[in-house]
Amino acid sequence: MSSNKKYWKSVEELNDKSSIVETLRNNEFVEPIPTDEFLGDKDSLSNSSTSRRDFLKYVGFSTAAASLAACEGPVIKSIPYVVQPEQIIPGIADYYATTMFDGFDFANILVKTREGRPIKIENNTIEGATFSANARVHASVLSMYDNMRLKQPKMNQKDTSWSEVDAKVKASLADAKATGSQVVLLTGTLASPSTDKLIAEFITNNPSAKHVIYDAVSSSEALDAFEAVYGERALAEYDFSKASTIVSVGADFLGDWQGGGYDKGYAQGRVPKQGKMSKHIQLEANMTLSGAAADKRIPMSTAEQKLALVKIFSLVTGSPVSVGKLANDAEITKIAEQLNQSGSKGVLVSGIDDKNAQMLVLAINAKLNSEAFNPNQTRQIRKGSNQAVAQLVADLNAGKVHTLIMGGVNPVYTLADRKAFADGLKKAKLSVAISLKEDETASLTTIAAPAPHYLESWGDVEIIKGTYGVTQPTIRPLFNSRQLQDNLLVWNGSDKTYYDYLKETWSTGILSGKTWNQAIHDGIFVSATASTNVAGNADYSSAASALAQAKSSPFELNLYTKTGMGDGQQANNPWLQEFPDPITRVSWDNYLTISKADAEKIGAQNEIVANGGLNGSYVTVTVGNTKLEKVPVIIQPGQAKGTVGLAFGYGKKAALKDAMQVGVNAYALYKGFNATQTVSITLEDGEHEFASVQSQKTLMGRGDIIKETTLTIFNTEKDAKKWNPPPMVSIDHKPIEATKVDLWDSFDRSVGHHFNLSIDLNSCTGCGACVIACHAENNVPVVGKSEVRRSRDMHWLRIDRYYSSEDTFAEDVKRKEEFDGLFGEKGSLGGFGEMESPAENPQVVFQPVMCQHCNHAPCETVCPVAATSHSRQGQNHMAYNRCVGTRYCANNCPYKVRRFNWFLYNKNNEFDFHMNDDLGRMVLNPDVNVRSRGVMEKCSMCIQMTQATILKAKKEGRPVSKDEFQTACSNACSTGAMVFGDVNDKESEVAKLVEDDRMYHLLEHVGTKPNVFYHVKVRNT
Amino acid sequence: MKKVGNPNSISRVLLFSLAFVLTFSIQIFAQEAAAPAAEPAAAAPVAAAASGDAAAGKALFNAQCAACHKLDAKMTGPALRGVGDKYEKEWLYKWIRNSADLIKSGDERANKIFNEFNQSPMTAFPQLSNADIDNIIAYTMEPIPAPVVDVAAVPGGKVEGGGISNEVILGALALVLAMLVVMLFLVNNVLSKIAKANGIEAIQKEKSLPIWKAFAKNQFLVLVTVIFLLLSSAYFAYGWFMQIGVDQNYEPIQPIHYSHRIHAGDNGIDCKYCHSSARESKHSGIPSLNVCMNCHKNISEVAESTLAEGKEYGVDYNIEIQKLYDAVGWDKANQKYTGKTQPVKWVRIHNLPDLVYFNHAQHVTVGGIECQTCHGPVEEYEYQKQFAPLTMGWCINCHRETDVKLQDNDYYKKIHEELSKKYGVDKLTAAQMGGLECGKCHY
Repeated sequence: MSSNKKYWKSVEELNDKSSIVETLRNNEFVEPIPTDEFLGDKDSLSNSSTSRRDFLKYVGFSTAAASLAACEGPVIKSIPYVVQPEQIIPGIADYYATTMFDGFDFANILVKTREGRPIKIENNTIEGATFSANARVHASVLSMYDNMRLKQPKMNQKDTSWSEVDAKVKASLADAKATGSQVVLLTGTLASPSTDKLIAEFITNNPSAKHVIYDAVSSSEALDAFEAVYGERALAEYDFSKASTIVSVGADFLGDWQGGGYDKGYAQGRVPKQGKMSKHIQLEANMTLSGAAADKRIPMSTAEQKLALVKIFSLVTGSPVSVGKLANDAEITKIAEQLNQSGSKGVLVSGIDDKNAQMLVLAINAKLNSEAFNPNQTRQIRKGSNQAVAQLVADLNAGKVHTLIMGGVNPVYTLADRKAFADGLKKAKLSVAISLKEDETASLTTIAAPAPHYLESWGDVEIIKGTYGVTQPTIRPLFNSRQLQDNLLVWNGSDKTYYDYLKETWSTGILSGKTWNQAIHDGIFVSATASTNVAGNADYSSAASALAQAKSSPFELNLYTKTGMGDGQQANNPWLQEFPDPITRVSWDNYLTISKADAEKIGAQNEIVANGGLNGSYVTVTVGNTKLEKVPVIIQPGQAKGTVGLAFGYGKKAALKDAMQVGVNAYALYKGFNATQTVSITLEDGEHEFASVQSQKTLMGRGDIIKETTLTIFNTEKDAKKWNPPPMVSIDHKPIEATKVDLWDSFDRSVGHHFNLSIDLNSCTGCGACVIACHAENNVPVVGKSEVRRSRDMHWLRIDRYYSSEDTFAEDVKRKEEFDGLFGEKGSLGGFGEMESPAENPQVVFQPVMCQHCNHAPCETVCPVAATSHSRQGQNHMAYNRCVGTRYCANNCPYKVRRFNWFLYNKNNEFDFHMNDDLGRMVLNPDVNVRSRGVMEKCSMCIQMTQATILKAKKEGRPVSKDEFQTACSNACSTGAMVFGDVNDKESEVAKLVEDDRMYHLLEHVGTKPNVFYHVKVRNT
Repeated sequence: MKKVGNPNSISRVLLFSLAFVLTFSIQIFAQEAAAPAAEPAAAAPVAAAASGDAAAGKALFNAQCAACHKLDAKMTGPALRGVGDKYEKEWLYKWIRNSADLIKSGDERANKIFNEFNQSPMTAFPQLSNADIDNIIAYTMEPIPAPVVDVAAVPGGKVEGGGISNEVILGALALVLAMLVVMLFLVNNVLSKIAKANGIEAIQKEKSLPIWKAFAKNQFLVLVTVIFLLLSSAYFAYGWFMQIGVDQNYEPIQPIHYSHRIHAGDNGIDCKYCHSSARESKHSGIPSLNVCMNCHKNISEVAESTLAEGKEYGVDYNIEIQKLYDAVGWDKANQKYTGKTQPVKWVRIHNLPDLVYFNHAQHVTVGGIECQTCHGPVEEYEYQKQFAPLTMGWCINCHRETDVKLQDNDYYKKIHEELSKKYGVDKLTAAQMGGLECGKCHY
């Protein structure tokens, strides 16, 4: 019995006469399918000889052919040397001692070379070599393999030969000599005794010539002050290990102040020994590395710092100077008292670009008779003169300069008034730029002459008076380049090479008691002769009263150099671009740092958007009549109210890969070489997309991640469990230490080596040298800005930075523990929300985190293919070829240290960084695999280095000696915060550190039993 | 009948092949016959030419002079054939015993020859008596022997083959066997014909099903066969797939033919003389050409017998040495480097993938393992090839079985004591030392 029910789809259907029903019945689709649109037009389809069947045939054939071809191994050619150099054994690294100085950074380094190509920078640890490599020096090896370097001399933008360049320059010099017109040699600070001699000879040959020294980031005021007091144009040297009270007035001495390199001495005094550690007070506007490390940090604008400095000066030296009322008067008075109490153990430094301020610093340290202050062994690495450069620009524009020869400088990019310089450049009869790159300046000069990288050059550097570093080439010049000195020799009419000249200068003038070969081998020569600088009569009181007139402005801009980029010479270095700033954790950018209060005032915002990326408002920054548009804003906790900060080194365009052309050029605002400027800020439309690697800013009171205590508690409380409490869990309703409970059976690890890495949170300054060293050692890929924004950065080692949400971390912990219920004043619901935002002037802490190499690793148990497994030596192994990319391990890792290769990062045009470049790939470490797409990777605890150390011992038939084991990060750490070694060797340093009371493991309560451990941070508050 | 074909044609082939075999054996005898014939002809003038004993002279020449002199070509010193004609004996005595004195004395000829050869002084041989020197001169006065190989090659006519290879013999045997089978068939046919003619009826079997039909009917058998076929094809497919990327016995042609047989085998040169970095480094290293020149500066051509051996492999060693000279830029005639070098692009035989870390020094220096363990009897290889499969299973197996060489290595002292206590054994395998851990070879 079928039903007579009629089903209908629309009311239309009930209407028998409706045409729509009829149409629908006949056509399946209401509208015709636009096949032609996506298959192309009919005509060309029908005309095509390739039918669909043909197409399928081709597909089938090519698939079959490809799979067949894949079965056949490729023929690989091997080309040995025709005559193998004696010292090279293929597969064994050679190390050369050399000295790095590029006018901004300097270091005594060892260069690791493999088969004749430099692949890594390490610290030279020979006695006398005191300056360790920072992040930029570690990265400088990649800058040599920069494909955007100037490869050939150019004249009027056309390739030419050196002989033509020489002819042109010589003719111009002769013409200048005949007419008596001005010849200017403009260089950065050279600090090279032999080059100074050579330039003197050049000036003798060309009497109308003068040498102008120009530092992109100037220390001219400090130099002037030191010259006024001590009669030498140099910078005073400081040794912070000798100080018990360190007061810094706007000097980021753990960063780039006076060239940096103070962290080693500073860290020595920061680890409590016999109950003592130094006390560090920082007065500053921007949040810097030094401010982050300080025990007490007072945010104040530079104008206020000047007044504070005058106040301290009057209290320390007892000279009466009237200063207006300061906001933190009591604190400043206390600082002066502390300095007075410390006496010769106190030291004060300042980074204010003001001659008067710098004179007061010298006066205070002299009055304290500070042991840390050393006016005798001066720093020679900054010599630039603001006045001389200003004079040169004026002369150029007046058409007075006949021939301008520039070496290692890029004034068209780094000068505030670049337009005046560029215009003046056209008026010179001949302009020569000896440069690594065809940069902003070299593309405007008549002659662009390629200079070799420091790893391809000879040279000498007198970093500290009486301490001479040798620079030796570690590879033949990659391009047709000639260094400044060789050029000057040729233009002087000499037929000597610079090497001969250098050797001669050293043999006759510098070396005593050491051979030339020995000096090259050591990379350093310390002269026995000591000099003494005696303070002359300087008018301190008028300097103080001049300084006391400093006026605050509504908005004060403080320009600074970023840890990653410095003065911007290495802007085309992908490692440095991707290096996250230790403070803001933002990579691939510079930005205006602003306090939260000021940001709210102008309406600027930072927010985390849906994909997890950080967005920031744009502002326009105006100094005088110079406008810098579209500057993104980062709200910086700890930024002094009424101040903003902006980093140099970005916004470069010339000779840069597209991806590296990021940021804005802050040099445009560097008027009168003063890092402090009065600015006005207006909000703009639009939002900037940052590549930030850390969006969680605070610790949320989780005191077990970073354990802290104060020096007082540390000294008085003998029971370490009071200030380094072990995590407790409950078993049978009884509390028990989490480390004593285990789901797993432990293996016996007492036989053979058992590696541990110790990280002391007290001496870690967050400098990031380890991050870059890890990059270089382990072939860590660079992924680019948009990928970092998606949290796909590949850093094996990251340095987490946390702010306190209360004034101190201790208060955070207290607040969290006092949460009671969900709502109300102590409610956790609103409370945790508040704790997510950092305090106005928070405490800061750095924590380097890499794979913790857990003995009971959560990642190992979840890998479906056993690609990650544990070794007897304590390392957590990762077999890339076995990994299928499920990413279970990363999800199960409590430390989030595993990195997934979302793409193929080498030989891929989408990632146009060094691994997509025949030249850039030369830096890869041949002992470490280059990972492919779809593979998980992570810190291996430099297993290639530990295995090499073991093999070396085995070959020599001896046990591995104490502290012989190293990793890239522990090797790079200049402060000694990272110590690596074998805990089964009871003599080793790490075995002692693991027994220390301050030792704790990260997230100990999880029970992973890591082989990386940390030391409780002690604050001297 | 038709199927059998023409028996005549087969016997014809057999005859031909016999004739072919015979031709070659004749050739061999011809060679043997030719050689002794040449010798007396060469020996005859010796007695007449000099007073010395050429045979004794040859021994002395090889022992004392051959390092720097050849008979017919310049080396460090001049070519010596016919030297007795160029200089009088007394002068030669003086020169050989102490050439430096003669040069100092201002002798014109002595200085001329000294300058001609880059002023490299000749070693003094005061120990040689006049008789010895006479013998050497006698040897140098021997005329150039007629090239033996040519004598043999001319009557033979055909160059191809050059001897009976195993394949020819096997081919002949196979033909004989095939003939026997055919003959058996013929005989059987003939016999059955005779039987038919004689009226003897063979007992006729009942017409049974053809075997394939019977097979198809037996379902169990079909099933078993199918399973068997599937399993065996899976087995072979697996085997085939597993050999992808395994290049065992890979034997590429190299740009310069280098015979390990001659160097490591005949001359007994230690592997690590050339592959010196195997002691220190992860790479065994392909020796740079200057290592070759340590010997080949003096060895510009090989002995006749070696050259003949080379012919068997289809290689002319002298041409290969010339290739080396071209690459390294050695001017044989003037005994000088020209400076024009051409690096050799060798074809790499052992190709471990990038994901594997292997260190030669660990195995060679520390483990004391013979090169042959992994590389096979290299000293017998004319063409170098990959001996081992170089698969992970092969590595692991060795790590499981091989005891670590603990003696006389202080590195192992403490570890050995503790580990042997732990495992209760005196010897330790590489596996027990942690040699099976992933990260030891993959990073």
